[in-house]
Amino acid sequence: MSEQRPTITPYPDGPLLVRGDIDLRTADGEPIERRRRTVALCRCGLSTIKPFCDGTHKAAGFRTDD
Amino acid sequence: MSLDVRPAALAAPFRPRGPLSEAVLARLTGQPGQPGDAGLAALADRALTETVDVVRDDDVQLALFALFASSYGSFDQFEADLEWDGELIGARRQLEADFEQALRAAVQVPALPTSTTDAVARALFALTAQEGGPSLSRYLAKRATREQVLELLVQRSVYTLREADPHSWAIPRLHGRAKAALVEIQADEYGGGRPDRVHAAIFAASMRGAGLDDSYGSYVDVVPALTLASHNMMSMFGLNRRLIGAIVGHLAAFEMTSSIPNRLYGDGFRRLGFGEDVTDYFDEHVEADAVHEQIAAHDLAGALAEDRPDLLPDIMFGAAACVTIDGWVAQQMLDAWHDGGTSLRVPV
Repeated sequence: MSEQRPTITPYPDGPLLVRGDIDLRTADGEPIERRRRTVALCRCGLSTIKPFCDGTHKAAGFRTDD
Repeated sequence: MSLDVRPAALAAPFRPRGPLSEAVLARLTGQPGQPGDAGLAALADRALTETVDVVRDDDVQLALFALFASSYGSFDQFEADLEWDGELIGARRQLEADFEQALRAAVQVPALPTSTTDAVARALFALTAQEGGPSLSRYLAKRATREQVLELLVQRSVYTLREADPHSWAIPRLHGRAKAALVEIQADEYGGGRPDRVHAAIFAASMRGAGLDDSYGSYVDVVPALTLASHNMMSMFGLNRRLIGAIVGHLAAFEMTSSIPNRLYGDGFRRLGFGEDVTDYFDEHVEADAVHEQIAAHDLAGALAEDRPDLLPDIMFGAAACVTIDGWVAQQMLDAWHDGGTSLRVPV
């Protein structure tokens, strides 16, 4: 069975959900610890735990075009 | 805590709050009935007839809590052979019928969206956004005393030491993409293969870190009926297949009202000088529930409504019920604190 390719899925008015085996890195190339199988990456820029989403987009009224 | 002193003859893990819960606890712990005892059906009937508010009735909610605890296997004192005892199940159904009716009467369900993933997800986010804001969590972050934040842990322990379990009853009753979505959430709730990261275990560690007893049920005696009702609602939605829509809607709303409040709870514990051993639970949920709420809204509740439009009304009811009843629980705490008191039956 071939390995499932990783996916990145944008959720309307919300974060990008990343599923599958990928490495997250900082701008300096340092690895970012991934503590769960599916992670949500901030898309509004307001998260306090970037690169991960903390739900702040909801209070901020962040909207996407989808 | 004065309620800690229990009579030696009492085998039950907590004290009854009236004739019905006393009879249910006696039966669940295998104590033989006495000649002339009223049957459980008659006791349940009397309790339901006499109560003015089944949601806040201590005797009824504790009896229901004990009956559901038998299915979860929460207490060794409850005999496993009695899980499907006909009289116990009969009494449970009587109590559930009136409890469900009271919830449906009290909970305002918003206008139903169309049965598409996108419309349902948007309706759920709108419903959970207009709950008046996380006032309990804002109070925790800024003003709560040490006693009050410990009270929050005690109140939450009834559910959170069994976190995720009520919603897991739904797994075999779902199919296809909704099932896959629920398992994706629950696998994370249960630590993704790491026993120390099971959310209930992280909460237990937080309780120990705050100097509280983390054994399940140790604070049942001190929590009010409404706290038991909040947990009983999840158990009832989860254990009854006909309420599959309601348990899915409940989970969606629960996840959607979690990440921002948990950040504020964590801030409150940090402000009072608690360490990472206590705040770990809240910090974990900021990140985890920002993931879960997306999956729950779109891939679970939204997909289920699209695949099973007949379930849409109960999906929205379950979500509205979560917001409403948990709002009551939070308000009860805030009101008690505002008056300089405690929401608990006996201060811990």
